[in-house]
Amino acid sequence: MRTAIVDHPLDPTALLAEVASTESGASTLFVGTVRRVNDGKDVTGIDYSAYGAMAEAEMAAIVTEAAARFGTERIVVEHRVGTLTLGEASIIIAVSHARRAAAMEAQRYVIEEVKRRVPVWKREHYADGTREWVDPTATVTEPAR
Amino acid sequence: MELTVLLFASWAEALGGPTVRLSLPVGATVADVLRAAADRAAGRSLPRPMVAVNHKYAKPETPVREGDEVALIPPVAGG
Repeated sequence: MRTAIVDHPLDPTALLAEVASTESGASTLFVGTVRRVNDGKDVTGIDYSAYGAMAEAEMAAIVTEAAARFGTERIVVEHRVGTLTLGEASIIIAVSHARRAAAMEAQRYVIEEVKRRVPVWKREHYADGTREWVDPTATVTEPAR
Repeated sequence: MELTVLLFASWAEALGGPTVRLSLPVGATVADVLRAAADRAAGRSLPRPMVAVNHKYAKPETPVREGDEVALIPPVAGG
């Protein structure tokens, strides 16, 4: 198991190799990327920032939970911070397990818990030059300023 | 007591920096931190934050003491 907040581009191939094992029958790779359109607005990039010490602790706790729940310690997660452009990877989760169903379930657990708990924030840049902090809990969409 | 609280994202931007100093009574709790922070943010439209004490999400009744690392956690948006 390994988790990290990093400020450089992520390498999916390296993370997949890190979890690989001849004991495994399946490896899964989740790559979260910067999408062009969010909430109807034309996104040109995203600044990611983190509360580093707590984000690292929370990611480590999530991976420990997933290991206990799904039965594999072959889990690696890297979350990137800094300014990302369209298509760049913000998070990669690699999981390897004897069985494919457990590998996929573990990966799903990790990404959903990361989104719910890990103190990372994103500020989207829009084509009209405005920027806005993303609030997934907001129920009303405010027009871009 | 005086407590330095860490700020992030929209809260850091709105209050003009990565920390804010709050004056709180001895025996204060996370709920008091939220009240004092809301006073400081009065008039600004900010999302309701969680509070972390020493890197863990804390309940409103959790006490805060001088020397604790206290942070306001606006709605997270990682992944």
